[in-house]
Amino acid sequence: MIEAVVVLGGLGLVAALGLSLASLRFRVEVDPRVEAIEAVLPGANCGACGYAGCSAFARALAGGEAPPNACIPGGPEVARAVAEILGVEAADVARRLAVVHCGGTRDAAPDKGIYQGVPDCRAAVLVGGGPKLCPYGCLGLGTCERVCPFHAIRVGPDGIPRVDRQRCTGCGKCVGTCPKELIELLPEDNRVHVRCANPLRGKAVGAVCSRGCIGCRRCEKACPFGAMAMDGALARIDPAPCTSCGVCATVCPTGAIEDLVEVRYRARIDAEACIGCTKCARVCPVDAISGEKKKPHAVDPDRCVGCGRCAGECPKGAIGRGELLVRAPREAAG
Amino acid sequence: MRGARTFRRGGVHPPEEKHHTAGKPVEGAPLPERLVVPLSQHIGAPARPLVKKGDRVLGGQAIGEPVGFVSAPVHAPTSGKVRRVEPAPHPLGTPQPAVEIEVDGEDAWGEPMEPFDDPFGADPEAVRSRIQAAGIVGMGGATFPTHVKLSPPPELSIDTVILNGAECEPYLTADHRLMVEAPGAVIKGLGVILGLFGLERGYIGVEENKPDAIEALEREARASGFAEVVPLKVKYPQGAEKQLIQTITGREVPSGALPMAVGAVVQNVGTAAAIWEAVSRGRPLVERVVTVTGAGVREPRNLLVRVGTPVGHLVALCGGLAGEPGKVILGGPMMGLTQHTLDVPAIKGTSGVLVLPREAVRTAPEGPCIRCGRCVEACPMGLSPTTLRALIHADLVAEADEWGALDCIECGSCSFVCPAFVALVQSIRYAKGRVMALRRGG
Repeated sequence: MIEAVVVLGGLGLVAALGLSLASLRFRVEVDPRVEAIEAVLPGANCGACGYAGCSAFARALAGGEAPPNACIPGGPEVARAVAEILGVEAADVARRLAVVHCGGTRDAAPDKGIYQGVPDCRAAVLVGGGPKLCPYGCLGLGTCERVCPFHAIRVGPDGIPRVDRQRCTGCGKCVGTCPKELIELLPEDNRVHVRCANPLRGKAVGAVCSRGCIGCRRCEKACPFGAMAMDGALARIDPAPCTSCGVCATVCPTGAIEDLVEVRYRARIDAEACIGCTKCARVCPVDAISGEKKKPHAVDPDRCVGCGRCAGECPKGAIGRGELLVRAPREAAG
Repeated sequence: MRGARTFRRGGVHPPEEKHHTAGKPVEGAPLPERLVVPLSQHIGAPARPLVKKGDRVLGGQAIGEPVGFVSAPVHAPTSGKVRRVEPAPHPLGTPQPAVEIEVDGEDAWGEPMEPFDDPFGADPEAVRSRIQAAGIVGMGGATFPTHVKLSPPPELSIDTVILNGAECEPYLTADHRLMVEAPGAVIKGLGVILGLFGLERGYIGVEENKPDAIEALEREARASGFAEVVPLKVKYPQGAEKQLIQTITGREVPSGALPMAVGAVVQNVGTAAAIWEAVSRGRPLVERVVTVTGAGVREPRNLLVRVGTPVGHLVALCGGLAGEPGKVILGGPMMGLTQHTLDVPAIKGTSGVLVLPREAVRTAPEGPCIRCGRCVEACPMGLSPTTLRALIHADLVAEADEWGALDCIECGSCSFVCPAFVALVQSIRYAKGRVMALRRGG
């Protein structure tokens, strides 16, 4: 009994001694900052930074090879935390989210046949360009959904993927995966999008989808900000001038423009505070503000589109929310 | 039949189904009212259009010029007026640029190209540029520009020319009828190709289910003195290039290499006949034999068809559809392209129009792999299709490369034998794309 304790205990002691010596002798030097950085990174290994996962990115950061704001899912918080660990300044990153440029749901954009192959868009596109009649449209087999590390894309029962704008981090994994190149990263503030990528003219588009952009240019004419650009016969929104006022979506005859802004308010000028500087009237894209110089101005509620540009210009903060701007909900044709 | 040969590994025996049209002579298809001539009827850069809306064109006139070496021109198949030059339905499944010609019915032709005085002994470069100028592409279905295949790099010497008359795809009899009815053009086309390489002798491989074609070719071959007809056993894919080379020469094309690496050039019999037409008569490639067949058409026929003829016109010439169609395939059932509209035109590579009735088409989803190994036995390239599929579905692209994904010839034997109806070829085709992207450094 006692021998066993001595032998096993002795063996244990010898092994412990050997191990502790080895751990001293063969110790791998790790930059403590790498571990600290790894702790603040999201850990999704999405690769949006351009490195093979969060560990590799942390090593690159510690080595000074990568900028602290390169982690897109992490956003400004992570960039600040990383910058703090490294003792550098972090530039802000604008949050960008994935937008799917196709609204060709099953009822609007029919298939050209029965597809029975591999349920993956990248494989389906090898069979005659995919099952959808529109050669530019979303195939709806959910490859983007499967590659999203944040479960932010889901293909709905109507066959079109929707982006969960809370979960999307803008890592861009889906962008490179879509064989039809329909996904784009756009600034978070842009909440009105053209959901069509078919560049053909109206008749050809109408033959394959009832919700496609037919190139009628009504949105281009209606846009108060000149943010609508025609790419041939396809409307595109320039994100910089766009204020997401949603006027384009109200004039689109096919419902190809989606408007994600839930509530808008008309502008209202507080007559007490207004000094009549005319700045608001000059920037109003729809000429909804009138008034004499040095006298209180007023908003014509019928013309105001609720873009909020005047409020940003007012030196006195005299422009606030007026009545709720409710537009007739747009039921897309088809 | 004396000692018919075949390739060593794999292969399958789908029902031949050639009896519908094998005995029917080729008939000229009347011209349709309009032709839709795609500018891309070949692998490589699409041709650049040479005509615009409103132009009048004559038969044989070039309406699209090649863009670069791996490209081919396109010619007007008859006379008429150009109605539009824009994307139109294409056998590949998505609209492709095409010249639509309103046929005037006169079938007026322009001046042909100058015929060669001595087609067999002419300057090889002149013959090659004539083959390109005539817009000749592989007519077996792959539509690779023929002049490129006939221009090996100088360090490779070609010692074997094989004409492919195997026609191993079920249903198709276009090459069969061509060999029976115009064996002279086929053999002389072989003579022109042999002349390019300074060779004395070439081979024509024909499956032994076409005894009349073998007999007709043998008669011409004996008279020519330079051709040898090789009867082949009936086994799919006997007409695949690498399998045909192995059968006839015993040489194995190494993984990743082209047939010219083992000194062999393979051309389809229809391509050889088109070469003869271009060299001896100066005619560009604007028509071909198309087998319109399957239980979905009332009267299956072999038709001589101008390129650009809408498939619907061909089906109408064959008595129309018999019942509700389930699948329309351009080419054969193993490697052909399924269509969603009869508006697509027949093009240079269209060997057949196969219409299967609704009840003949299985519409059930794929089942799970039961690991029976039949696909491995069937693969003529010695690959393991089920493994390749599993690897690519797990995103293991480098591993799929190691397992030889790029060697797949997409013959469809694995999918044909799979009892679970697993989409093996499609998965491997997808894997090939991923492997190539990886090799490019993606």
